[in-house]
Amino acid sequence: MADSQPHPIFKRRWTFPITIQVEPRLVAPPRWYPWLISVGAIIIALIIGGILIAIVGGDPFASYAHIARASFGSVGVFSDTLVKATPLIMVGLACSVAFRMRLWNIGAEGQFFLGAFGASAVVLAPLLPENTTPWLFIPVMILAGLLIGALWGFIPGFLKARFNVNEIISTLMMNYIAVQWNNYFIFAIWTEGGFQMSKMFPHNAWLPRLTDFADQIPFFRGLTTHAGLILALISVVIVWFILYRSKWGYEIRLIGDNPQAGRYAGLNISRNTIMVMMLSGALAGLAGMSEITGVVHRLQGAISPGYGFTGIIVAWLAKLNPFAVVVVSVLFGALILAGREIQPSGIPKMIQGIILVCLIASDILLRYRVRIARRNTGMEEA
Amino acid sequence: MDDSAMPFPLLIEMRGIVKRFPGVLANDCVDFELRHGEIHALLGENGAGKSTLMNILAGLYRQEAGTIIANGEVKSFSSPRDAIAAGIGMVHQHFMLVPSQTVTENILLGLDDPKFLLRLNEYHPKIEDLGERFGLKVDPRSKIWQLSVGEQQRVELLKMLYRGARVLILDEPTAVLAPTEIEGLFQTLRSMVEEGKSVIFISHKLHEVMEISDRVTVLRRGKVTAAGVDTHTTTRQELARLMVGREVLFHIEKKSQEVGKVILSVENIQADNDKGLQALYDVSFQVHSGEILGLAGIAGNGQGELAQVITGLRKCTHGHVQLDGEEIANRPALIAIERGVSYVPEDRTQVGTAANLSITDNVIMKTYRKPPIAHGWALDSKVATQYAEKLKDEYDIVVPNVETPVRMLSGGNLQRVILAREISSQPPFMVAVQPTRGLDVGAIEGVHRLLLAQREAGAAVLLISEELEELLSLSDRILVIYEGRIMGELKGALGSQGVIEKLGQMMTGTPLEKILEGAV
Repeated sequence: MADSQPHPIFKRRWTFPITIQVEPRLVAPPRWYPWLISVGAIIIALIIGGILIAIVGGDPFASYAHIARASFGSVGVFSDTLVKATPLIMVGLACSVAFRMRLWNIGAEGQFFLGAFGASAVVLAPLLPENTTPWLFIPVMILAGLLIGALWGFIPGFLKARFNVNEIISTLMMNYIAVQWNNYFIFAIWTEGGFQMSKMFPHNAWLPRLTDFADQIPFFRGLTTHAGLILALISVVIVWFILYRSKWGYEIRLIGDNPQAGRYAGLNISRNTIMVMMLSGALAGLAGMSEITGVVHRLQGAISPGYGFTGIIVAWLAKLNPFAVVVVSVLFGALILAGREIQPSGIPKMIQGIILVCLIASDILLRYRVRIARRNTGMEEA
Repeated sequence: MDDSAMPFPLLIEMRGIVKRFPGVLANDCVDFELRHGEIHALLGENGAGKSTLMNILAGLYRQEAGTIIANGEVKSFSSPRDAIAAGIGMVHQHFMLVPSQTVTENILLGLDDPKFLLRLNEYHPKIEDLGERFGLKVDPRSKIWQLSVGEQQRVELLKMLYRGARVLILDEPTAVLAPTEIEGLFQTLRSMVEEGKSVIFISHKLHEVMEISDRVTVLRRGKVTAAGVDTHTTTRQELARLMVGREVLFHIEKKSQEVGKVILSVENIQADNDKGLQALYDVSFQVHSGEILGLAGIAGNGQGELAQVITGLRKCTHGHVQLDGEEIANRPALIAIERGVSYVPEDRTQVGTAANLSITDNVIMKTYRKPPIAHGWALDSKVATQYAEKLKDEYDIVVPNVETPVRMLSGGNLQRVILAREISSQPPFMVAVQPTRGLDVGAIEGVHRLLLAQREAGAAVLLISEELEELLSLSDRILVIYEGRIMGELKGALGSQGVIEKLGQMMTGTPLEKILEGAV
């Protein structure tokens, strides 16, 4: 009887004898589990990176040791690592805030540039005379960085809220506008003797560095870590408080998870969209301000090796948790720094990429249980 | 085969099936058998293990112990492909269709038959013929997104029939259908049986099981409480007892009480639906304190839009909604919330809750703005957790802890979370839309008790439902809506003869005056 035969429209293909079964999790995994998975993903990423280094003829252990020495090996290089981590922390926070509400702000780079522009304008426009006391100069520059960054975040936020313009596209495009905006001022208005950079800021408009206190504490000599790190850490605490302990943070999480439920709970989604984009822009702008007044000390073209984009990765790796952003930023600061030491300098970038891929891929383990099972074809008899 | 000569020979046997999920024993040594040519109902509360058992049979899950025998052979399915090759196909509660593709494309998807070139025109007539044979009319050329839910279900059935399924498993097929579509589905099932197919019908609705099935197997908490009982030899009460393990009160005691003042007054509301078409035409009514006003109607006749206008989630183009004399229509939804309009939405997962947030986060959705949960800008998570713990105990929400994301909850528990949130603030007015849809008997009873408690506490309740029994047993008055218009109001002896008939006529578009004229 044809009944016991497989239906003719199916042909038997050869199948691998073992299957990987993925089943949705029905109960929440314990609290420590996500962190275990993240650490595991980083270890796997380092192993994969090591294999690749070995394939191209390098010694993975020596490479990793060198990277570690180059970024954590002494107080001096660790200080440099922190300098690189400082803008990443703020940009990472900027992305975390927006991503919490599923607003894909990938315009942190542009907001960073305009934050830098805002801070520079205080010196170069000039809004304040050169001999202003740092106690006034720096707060005004901070405010300028925050405001211009927030404004640059407001535009895509408003477009999204009012006309439902996709924020991914608008924020991405506005990055280019921001860079060119800065270029116009560097080339045309604030140029110093035809060079594509402004004049150096006066010393009282610099964020204080550790080395500035070397007279009192000789240990700090040569350390470039600047007060921007303090701004970053204050931002971490404020953002943590907003996200986890405030009504607004609850609203951000609610809308992020289910906008319809947010509307049902009586929230104004448009207003929240604009406000979150402004907060995100302000944080990225603050990062630009901190970099320009703490490290570069003048407005010029190359002020960011893509901090705004690295911030996206930082936010994801930190699972949008502000304190984790600090840890991840230091790690990435170290990799950026190592890029100067390691040849080819692409190696640390490659490691960054592998870490990102592994961490994002590991997310599936939070949602699903994966089991390996022997495949019984059940067709053998037929 | 010898078996085929006997009436109703055994087609499928499942013996001693065990399946565990973390923390739950979903199937505990379950036996199940299906005979050729029968409609076998699998009855049980939500979470009783019905879907799990059938997912094992359909090759989606693997059992941890036990055997499956199909056509006299021990089978082991590691994928739905294996199961369908053995003639077993399942139509899931959530359809597995590609919305942007046509019916034919969906049916052919995953098959080896069109080898390389996809000449769809050759397949359209085949699918039309198949549809004709089983009373599953659907245009093979239309795209899935253009079809109604009922038509999509037919596509799922066709998909399985095209693959040569001889056993069709339907998981809660009526949950998504309007009453008229349910009748059509039942006819289809009967014609499939006549064509020699066998059907497993998963349901928790007793009247449907009584109507359609030949035999019934009842599961409770992963165990079989009745195996293959002949449906005609049993009763609804008996099945209900087997399902929930205790007698269910089908008629809840409703205290008679005087109604109070007008709480909500709706005047000449007109509103559009999402597509911009007019959904409500001059709807007017009042709800008094201490009364449940039922709104009957087949789904999609403007009930959802009406609830949204009242709760401020939809603009009305004309008319007024007043709560205690204050206008609340066309104002932010927050106004309605703050004035004490509570709302149990029809869509529990998409509207009523945020799936990945915890129970705590979900129950404070409407109270977080005020002390004691809020302190100015800040949110006191300790108070919020205590509040959630309190509601968890009071409303019997069965979870390990209140930090559990609500996506892990069963339908009944999810609805208890929503009701806990909406009722605990002691609102003067409440709209409940389909509050018991998809729930099991025990959970339904719980929801009914909560609604009646609201009435006794002096709240005004607008109950929007498709379940006539529910409306008749709970409501003080019943309005009927059809295509956005109120067809009439019934009050007084709602239990009396002829009421259901009148409701039925009004629900299909005959105004009450016409019915009464006809009677005279």
